[in-house]
Amino acid sequence: MSANFYYGIEVFLNGLMAGVMYSLVALGFVLIFKASGIFNYAQGVMALFAALCLVGFQTGQIPFAHLINAIFGTQIHHFGWQMPALLAIICALLMMILFAFIVERYVLKHLVNQEPIILFMATIGLAYFMEGFGDLMWGSDIKKLDVGLPQGGNVWLEEKTASLGGEDFYGFYLDNLDIWATILAAILVTSLVLFSQYTKTGRALRAVADDHQAALSVGISLRTIWVIVWSIAGFVALVAGIMWGSKSGVQFSLSLIALKALPVLMLGGFTSIPGAIVGGLIIGVGEKMFEFLIGAPFLGGATENWFAYMLALLFLVFRPQGLFGEKIIERV
Amino acid sequence: MLYREAGDFKTSYSKDQQTFPIAFDRWGYFLTVAFAFLIVPFMINDYWLNAVILPFLIYAIAAIGLNILTGYCGQVSLGTGGFMAVGAYAAYKLMTGFPDLNIVFVIILSGGVTAMVGVIFGLPSLRIKGFYLAVATLAAQFFLVWLFNKVPWFYNYSASGQISAPERSIFGFAVTGANTLPHVSYLFCLCFVFVLAWMARNLTRGANGRKWMAIRDMDIAAEIIGVNPLKTKLLAFAISSFYIGIAGALLFAVYLGAAEVGEAFGITKSFLVLFMIIIGGLGSIFGSFAGAAFMVLMPVLLKNIMVGQLGWPTDLAAHFEFVIVGGLIVLFLILEPHGLAQIWRIVKEKLRLWPFPH
Amino acid sequence: MKLSKIAAAFVATTMVASPVLADLVFPSLSYRTGPYGANGIPFADGYADYFTLVNERDGGIGGVKTKVIECETGYNTEKGVECYESTKGEGSLVYQPLSTGMTYQLIPKVTADGIPMHTMGYGRTSAANGKVFSNVFNYPANYWNGASVAINHILAENGGDIKGKKIGLVYHNSAYGKEPIRTLEELAKKHGYDLSLLAVDHPGQEQKSQWLQIRREKPDYVLMWGWGVMNQVAIQEAANIRYPMENFIGIWWSGSENDVIPAGAAANGYKALNMHAVGNDFPVFGDIQKYVVDAGKAAGAGDQVGTVLYNRGLYAAMLAVEAAKTAQEIHGTKDITAVMMRDGMEALDMNAAKMAGLGMAGFGPEFKVTCENHGGPGLGSVTQWDAAAKKWTQISDFGPSDMDVIGALIMEDSAAFAAENNIAERCN
Repeated sequence: MSANFYYGIEVFLNGLMAGVMYSLVALGFVLIFKASGIFNYAQGVMALFAALCLVGFQTGQIPFAHLINAIFGTQIHHFGWQMPALLAIICALLMMILFAFIVERYVLKHLVNQEPIILFMATIGLAYFMEGFGDLMWGSDIKKLDVGLPQGGNVWLEEKTASLGGEDFYGFYLDNLDIWATILAAILVTSLVLFSQYTKTGRALRAVADDHQAALSVGISLRTIWVIVWSIAGFVALVAGIMWGSKSGVQFSLSLIALKALPVLMLGGFTSIPGAIVGGLIIGVGEKMFEFLIGAPFLGGATENWFAYMLALLFLVFRPQGLFGEKIIERV
Repeated sequence: MLYREAGDFKTSYSKDQQTFPIAFDRWGYFLTVAFAFLIVPFMINDYWLNAVILPFLIYAIAAIGLNILTGYCGQVSLGTGGFMAVGAYAAYKLMTGFPDLNIVFVIILSGGVTAMVGVIFGLPSLRIKGFYLAVATLAAQFFLVWLFNKVPWFYNYSASGQISAPERSIFGFAVTGANTLPHVSYLFCLCFVFVLAWMARNLTRGANGRKWMAIRDMDIAAEIIGVNPLKTKLLAFAISSFYIGIAGALLFAVYLGAAEVGEAFGITKSFLVLFMIIIGGLGSIFGSFAGAAFMVLMPVLLKNIMVGQLGWPTDLAAHFEFVIVGGLIVLFLILEPHGLAQIWRIVKEKLRLWPFPH
Repeated sequence: MKLSKIAAAFVATTMVASPVLADLVFPSLSYRTGPYGANGIPFADGYADYFTLVNERDGGIGGVKTKVIECETGYNTEKGVECYESTKGEGSLVYQPLSTGMTYQLIPKVTADGIPMHTMGYGRTSAANGKVFSNVFNYPANYWNGASVAINHILAENGGDIKGKKIGLVYHNSAYGKEPIRTLEELAKKHGYDLSLLAVDHPGQEQKSQWLQIRREKPDYVLMWGWGVMNQVAIQEAANIRYPMENFIGIWWSGSENDVIPAGAAANGYKALNMHAVGNDFPVFGDIQKYVVDAGKAAGAGDQVGTVLYNRGLYAAMLAVEAAKTAQEIHGTKDITAVMMRDGMEALDMNAAKMAGLGMAGFGPEFKVTCENHGGPGLGSVTQWDAAAKKWTQISDFGPSDMDVIGALIMEDSAAFAAENNIAERCN
């Protein structure tokens, strides 16, 4: 076998890994859309906000330090502690739950029964708000995120496979962080599925997803469910924020990962958790293989952004509800 | 009292069906137009023109265009930025390729080119609906931006990939380039806005507008009563893109003067125009203006108050600007989900009965 | 009515701001928010702090106080227009828009308004030709110089022969990122190296394809024209594939603390170009500590002093102040206008004695601006990151770039601009 063939496999594997990273973001969208029919544009900003909180707690930053300094003329920056990563994650999670409460209390409650586009718009407003608020609270410099996840290529795999493809082949390259992301995503999805299948709250969640009014009539509190769903989405955002933030540091651009998740959603369907995973894998592999085979050699590269959308578009023409989405039944 | 229908007798069908059937509305409209054409040009200066009025006028055109597609025809699009880029690059190629072509035709032709591109990207709308379509139009956004960045022909092989508008004039007055007078470029854009808004208003009142709304409200039902979804949707895409293309051409040629596709016509532009029509009101021409005014004026106003008046540090002010604009969007949607246009309608209803509401 | 109140406030805020003619006004179009905010903050702080220092220590420029008007652009061209229009009426002396997009847009405007613009290490490269661009300055170095300095550094490391070497360029797929390509291609013809181009789409969070390609092709050197999140990810990915960091060279916008700190120890040895000195080992920092920081007058949070981008802001401000001094000498008046400032910039002479007098000996290269040459000599240095000490160190002097190649390119591009806009050449 030629080295190029093995490199093709390598790109394929890395595409799968990248796909998992996209799925992590897409998962949050799906959860909220399923439970409340809201296309939550703020998911990316939630990931940023969660990661900001995590780093802030971990390094003992004082929230709103810049604002306080500007008003009172003080010089405060840090509490001077270093929180263990796990504790900081829990604190960040608490913040996201608090956020879910606030969103439900002040936004969603007032927007029940509005058209989807209005709800979508409200989440964009929310995204704006959080962008400004996150910056106010933690400052807009780039922060290093370190919760002890391994970085770098997997040396073991590289050495074991180096002999495969002749001397032009250097062994398969896989990023340790991506491997971890895959494991975490698997745990996350499994526990989500178990949660929704075997717990009372989980069943209530599914009931709400099926039919709001029927769920209400059997005594399920829609508002509680929404808080729970937004909290879970907040948790998923935190995981996505940790994964992406470990690579690039925590900064404003982290909120743009939402754009990477949209083609995944289209392809997988807005209402399906397996769809988000499979869609992510297809998009990841598709865009990486296209870049490897056609994009970089013939089109001058940087084709991934639009190709992901084109691929999803192509799928949609044949299946307008996405790969796993609920079949759209239209009646007059 | 002042705002009333009573005593306003109509003696012909055409009078009964005019755009502003209430005399007070009509006069208000005439006054606004007269003010915009006759008074504003004498008051305008560089700051007002470039910071507020030009972006307002240009975004109003884009918002009307998107409102035709989204508000009237019900097809949510996030490809606005990409289509504006088509308009801008078409204008650039026409301006540099045919230096003698009048700038008015350049702008209109750019709209025409965009309309054709819009139709191509509108084709999937026949099968894909709702948010799936919205995300699908993002494909247009990303592909177009990549294309204009990649193919050097579009930017005339310049070293940097930036396009700059050469100077063109109309009746001897420069409208593009550096040596424009504020009132000239103002009037130039205003004429476009006036004609396009007038066209849009009448289009949406006519047979086509009704077909669009039928598709929006329920496309299958519309199909059954004889509305051809293919023609109707594609027409909406074409006209909407025509408007958006003109907005893009004006944005590049008259307002910015130089542009780079990724920065000037990125995804944020698509969202911005969508904000405008939702805040202003879907399916309303007035709403497009109101939304554009809100989104253009609000940040400038907030900045001027916080930095200019209160003397806050610029970064804090910018963060607060995000918080306030985001908060206001949410607040508006909670108070009036159908936008500023609906508030305006309610005010008018109240005014009719004022001061004796019972 | 509520509306009228808002309108009144609006009119008041925009109209009342009357120019204070007594001060020398230096607008700072900064971006402390948005995707590039992390890079905008230190620059804006450095820029503002130097003017504060000049006011506090020297009592202004030639006795006239300076005033910095900061306007937040968020790296957004349209906000930039608003900032330009709102500050231009206040007697602004020189604009530094800090964004290539804004630069292009302002070139015709500043020329028409007679205000000079200084784009240090960004903007339109061919503006170095003063014969065509009367009001635009981009001394001391531009992107094309940068590309050449990087190649010169590689030449020096290889004893002057890089025939057959493979050099990769990882670039932000935008006008900015594509800037060096032409120069690198011309230099490739001259020196015989193979250039491979790897585009990264905005914003650049996902670069696996590009770095897998680099891993496959194993280029001897990788250059990077990155910006924002792209830098941090690229450095992390380079470390991941165990690419030798000392063969990885970034442009000056890819070489600040922000870019290397997120990758931690893995970024050790990464190199970046620069057009000024790094670190705070200069007497001027003592003054800043004494007159600005300790006095509680530091801009922003005051925690950026001595970082690479802070120094760049400081350097830009210093050049502006020196140009203003020159303008005062030429025109024999303390209250200079923008037109006089332009003359001052055109006659700017940065020699070693002057810099030493400012407590900034060796902070930047020595150069002289002339009517024909607004771009300076095109000198650049190479700096290297020491992850353990968390410090950039300058590892080469300000070296020359290949002006034979670059000069021809500048002439070609500026001639095209002149022809497009009917500009007659000056300086004859």
